[in-house]
Amino acid sequence: MTSFIVAALLLILLGLSYSQGYLGGRALAATGVRLHSRPRYHGILVAIWCLLPAILVLGAWALLGPGLMRAFVMSYLPPDVQELGPHQLNAAIRRVEAIASGYGVAGAMEPWETAAGVALRRMREFAFLVVIASAAGLGILGLLFARRRISPRLRARNSVEWLIRLLLLACSVVAVMTTLGIVVSLFNEAIQFFTFVHPFDFFFGTVWNPGFSTTGTAAIGQYGLLPLLWGTVMVAGIAMLVAVPIGLFTAIYLSQYASGRLRAVAKPVIEVLAGIPTIVYGFFALVTVGPYLSRVGSVLGIGINATSALTAGLVMGIMIIPFVSSLSDDIMRQVPRSLRDGSLGLGATPSETIRRVLLPAALPGIVGALLLAVSRAIGETMIVVLAAGNSPVLRFNPAEPVSTITVTIVNQLTGDSDFSGPQSLVAFALGLTLFMITLVLNMVALYIVRRFREQYE
Amino acid sequence: MTSSHPSDAQAVSASSSARDAALHDVGATKPVLANPLTEKDETVRSPDLETREYRLQARDVCVFYGEKQALFDVSLDVPEKAVTSLIGPSGCGKTTFLRCINRMNDTIEGCRVTGKITLDGEDIYDPSLDVVELRSRVGMVFQKPNPFPKSIYENVAYGPRIHGLARSRTEMDEIVEASLKRAGLWSEVKDRLRESGTGLSGGQQQRLCIARAIAVSPEVILMDEPCSALDPIATAVIEELIDELRAHYTIIIVTHSMQQAARVSQKTAFFHLGKLIEEGPTEVIMQTPRHKKTQDYITGRIG
Ligand SMILES: Nc1ncnc2c1ncn2[C@@H]1O[C@H](COP(=O)(O)OP(=O)(O)OP(=O)(O)O)[C@@H](O)[C@H]1O
Ligand SMILES: [Mg+2]
Repeated sequence: MTSFIVAALLLILLGLSYSQGYLGGRALAATGVRLHSRPRYHGILVAIWCLLPAILVLGAWALLGPGLMRAFVMSYLPPDVQELGPHQLNAAIRRVEAIASGYGVAGAMEPWETAAGVALRRMREFAFLVVIASAAGLGILGLLFARRRISPRLRARNSVEWLIRLLLLACSVVAVMTTLGIVVSLFNEAIQFFTFVHPFDFFFGTVWNPGFSTTGTAAIGQYGLLPLLWGTVMVAGIAMLVAVPIGLFTAIYLSQYASGRLRAVAKPVIEVLAGIPTIVYGFFALVTVGPYLSRVGSVLGIGINATSALTAGLVMGIMIIPFVSSLSDDIMRQVPRSLRDGSLGLGATPSETIRRVLLPAALPGIVGALLLAVSRAIGETMIVVLAAGNSPVLRFNPAEPVSTITVTIVNQLTGDSDFSGPQSLVAFALGLTLFMITLVLNMVALYIVRRFREQYE
Repeated sequence: MTSSHPSDAQAVSASSSARDAALHDVGATKPVLANPLTEKDETVRSPDLETREYRLQARDVCVFYGEKQALFDVSLDVPEKAVTSLIGPSGCGKTTFLRCINRMNDTIEGCRVTGKITLDGEDIYDPSLDVVELRSRVGMVFQKPNPFPKSIYENVAYGPRIHGLARSRTEMDEIVEASLKRAGLWSEVKDRLRESGTGLSGGQQQRLCIARAIAVSPEVILMDEPCSALDPIATAVIEELIDELRAHYTIIIVTHSMQQAARVSQKTAFFHLGKLIEEGPTEVIMQTPRHKKTQDYITGRIG
């Protein structure tokens, strides 16, 4: 209901202000003077002047409202409740809020609770009216002000352009800030973890044996990253060994040799591979690929475990084929046709043309595609949970079970709800490590792209 | 664009019509002088001045892009060791015809070529023919400069490297230098051979593409408006090059400039709306065209 009213208010203000500005501009133009900006821009400018104050008021309420309401409820709580610990205090406040919203609560209601609930509901209604009224009032004021400013010389177009730039900037700031926020919180938690375990023991330890939080802080366990890191690298490496050749050659075939009709059919079919839920892949790996591999192994006389780095890597490789093939295909098709013609016209064969002209020209994009595939492989969890054997032991034989960073994060965060012990906090340290790996991969890729870029227009 | 000065044209046309009349007196079928302009449907052909070897012969070539037909029954003989120019208004099919000759149309999906084109008597559309070898014998300079995103040196060395024309580094250096010199680009780029070919100006790129094409010494060279982005001096260099290449190679050039066609070519073919309207010795086409459309085009009334 309230969000509906807010939306209606904003829409009405938008329509009103835009039409006011537009009509104002048009009326001016009709008198024969030459306007600096077209009426449309006057409309947009007036709309901005009107909506901005209204949105600011609503935004301020969205930010400050909950705090104010909480303080209001607090004033209704009897002193003995106010002195309770934060957990119980929150619970009490939540009860009052539920009563005010009319949802009802479990158990009997204390008289002060009902009183507080009724008061809160009234307060909420009142505050909402005030906010809506002030938003509307300020909006109208802004509208009137901007409407008065309309003149032939007003540079509405430039102002609108400037505001659009600001808006775009704000959006990119949001993206950057979110990333920074995630990194900072990862860092914070990871640093907490490192108060339990020395970073050296974490990054260079070869034994992973975290124990359980229930066994008490006396035995905090061993947190050596290397077995997990090696498992991750091995599984992702096997996956890339499968995906890169198959994906790249598929892309070359699709973009250079296949007829349009075949391509139109084959490409979506390959892309379906990326759309299959990873849990299904994991299942497939566990039930079909793993046993098959171990049978093949026993025929050849080499021991291959059904759940191993090999199984997980193979299946993951299949999953990321479309990341490589589809992106590389698009990239290679973007290489101008004239380059291909130039090479063929000199008597180069199609494969010489691909090797010497198309691939170099498409290299930056292909590296980007491969990088995406690697990050996908490193971050992939479900397949590895099911098919890699979940054995965090440092082993170099890909036919043996392994565990990866992602799987371990899952293990450490599930079934253990105490987030203050090293058993859970290590997840953040692992997350940070994953993040660093992708960061380094990105930088390497950027370097490769810069180093080998061949410009074409 | 007119072929030449009006008075000039008249003077020359008088003499060549006399020769024309003489030629036709022998055949004695049509009174050519009485009605020099025709609008007939099939191609008007003037006999070539000298009988040369015909290196390349096209017979009833039709080209379709999907459903759309772009060339209609084009038959043209291309003399050896001479320059043949293709002229005609934009979109008339000059590039399309040119691309048929080294089968570059194969690379366009939905493009279909019918008819017959022979190079030294060999059908180039024969299934047993090696397209790659054909293209190394029939080089092409494209309408739009298309240097590879490689260094200037690598651009020129590309063809020779593929065909193994140089046995050593110094030989390759020589080929590159000679090709760039002949294309009139050497002095401008000799100090920046390692820089990217795409960093050159449009006209320099065009000359780079010419150098790239002649570096593999093809027997037939197809040039699609090689001077469209060049200033008069660079144009003169290219025309000189064409003149010099003529001694050894068979050259077909597409041009929008009548003067250029008149200067460099011995034979001219005029295309209009996908049809070959008239072909013959350049002087004849330029000065005494017999088809009305040809005359309209070279005097600047259509195109
Ligand atoms: N790849 C293509 N697909 C479809 N139609 C094409 C293609 N290339 C050319 N055409 C069509 O074929 C006709 C002849 O084109 P062509 O490029 O041979 O003209 P042109 O004589 O070279 O013109 P210009 O002097 O402008 O270069 C045009 O109508 C053009 O639209
Ligand atoms: Mg053309």
